[in-house]
Amino acid sequence: MSALPLLDYQRYGRQMILDGIGFPGQVKLRKASVAVVGAGGLGCPALQYLCAAGIGRIGIIDHDRVELSNLQRQILHTEETIGLHKAESAARALKSMNSDVLLDVQTVAVVADNARELLAPYDILLDCTDNVPTRYLLSDTAVALGKPLVSGAAQKFEGQLSVFNYGANGPCYRCLYPTPPPRETVGSCAELGIFGVVTGTIGNLQALETIKIILGLHDETPALLIFSALGTPPFRSIKLRSKKESCLACGKSPRIPSSTDYVQFCGGPAPDWVSLGQSSGKANQRAKVEELRQAIESGVELSIIDVRPPTEFGICQLPGSRNIPLKALLEDPKKCIDSGTEPVYVVCRLGNDSQIAAKALRSQIEGEITVKDVIGGLQAWSKEIDPSFPIY
Amino acid sequence: MSQLSLKVEFGGGIELLFSKKHTITVELPALVPTDDSTDDQSLMEDTAKEKKPANLAYLVLYLRDRLLTERAELFVENGTVRPGILVLVNDTDWQLEGEGDYELKDKDNIVFISTLHGG
Ligand SMILES: [Zn+2]
Repeated sequence: MSALPLLDYQRYGRQMILDGIGFPGQVKLRKASVAVVGAGGLGCPALQYLCAAGIGRIGIIDHDRVELSNLQRQILHTEETIGLHKAESAARALKSMNSDVLLDVQTVAVVADNARELLAPYDILLDCTDNVPTRYLLSDTAVALGKPLVSGAAQKFEGQLSVFNYGANGPCYRCLYPTPPPRETVGSCAELGIFGVVTGTIGNLQALETIKIILGLHDETPALLIFSALGTPPFRSIKLRSKKESCLACGKSPRIPSSTDYVQFCGGPAPDWVSLGQSSGKANQRAKVEELRQAIESGVELSIIDVRPPTEFGICQLPGSRNIPLKALLEDPKKCIDSGTEPVYVVCRLGNDSQIAAKALRSQIEGEITVKDVIGGLQAWSKEIDPSFPIY
Repeated sequence: MSQLSLKVEFGGGIELLFSKKHTITVELPALVPTDDSTDDQSLMEDTAKEKKPANLAYLVLYLRDRLLTERAELFVENGTVRPGILVLVNDTDWQLEGEGDYELKDKDNIVFISTLHGG
């Protein structure tokens, strides 16, 4: 009597003949259920390999929609699915790859109110999210539900991977990070940048750790895997502390109320840099892009200082603008002003750093030079003045 | 008096606080002032100051005082590394090694790494 459909022997034969998997292993995978929270850079590759390996049931949880800027790394989404929910888009791709797998599409955000209910049906949870509050919420929920949490993270050229709340003494995320980092030290992928193969590498490894747990091939040693794409060697594994008795979530006397406001706990919501860059500011201190256009076209002498990092300046720049990165400018604002008297316009990508720079310049200038920074930055320039100017 | 030569590495964005360097070598005397001062004078062999074996807590202060190129609060809070930074001693979580009390040994490899959040 076979517990597997006949075609599964063909589909999964290459992995079923491996010692450690075999027929019982394939049955375990088929009976397993996992929840992947976040169908982005980490979630897509993790989902892809979990589904291909024949996990029986997969929950895909993401409330975001697919954007063009996702396609560089979120490899299940396509040009055709831009605008769709990521969970839906990912499910379409998985369905065409392995129609046997039961997919639960959840287009809601995981929050304290719904986390336990959403995640309770699954054996293993994958943290493929992109923000600190959700990482604490998922860890606390994994502890409350008694499930392992396979946690991945990536930024720039680096990635990190850990399995939390697993094994006899495995730590949770809070054991490792009892206090969230200061808000200002936390950037997003849009601000810091992220390379597709880096999320791909970590997402694949999350699928691997998950499958090892299902098959009973995981050694349960608490570890943090650090991946530096440009480092030699690129991988190193760090032996981690075990569960902390004093941990508020998994320690001797747990006391995390289920009504915790995770966003406040982590220092409040992420700043909306686009809106902040569009504030009108004090009179005559900020210029609209239209004012800059007129100033350029009038032919008067003027100085445009672009305070973005050199790499971003190299992507696109206003003709005649000078690149003085914010940090360099703040070190010696006086040096950045020519001896002339022409007005100075400061620009950046969205209009936030330019405010800081313009303020520093004004504080140093004696005399008649006007210093303004450009509201909404180069993104506003592209949207309102020159649609051929790249937005990145 | 013996010197310690330490390989100190930064990752996860912490390198941005140290002139974008990923790896540096730090030379410290095996005995450092009990008052945690980090200036050249205090580190001289013939200083009259009371001494203690150099430990990880001292290294954190030394890095802050001597090599940090950004605001101190991005690295240190309440005399130790700020939340969100993991410290690793020879590929082991410093919590397993006594945290700041760990006494440094010659050729130790110390890593300061920021937790990543993106995905
Ligand atoms: Zn814990």
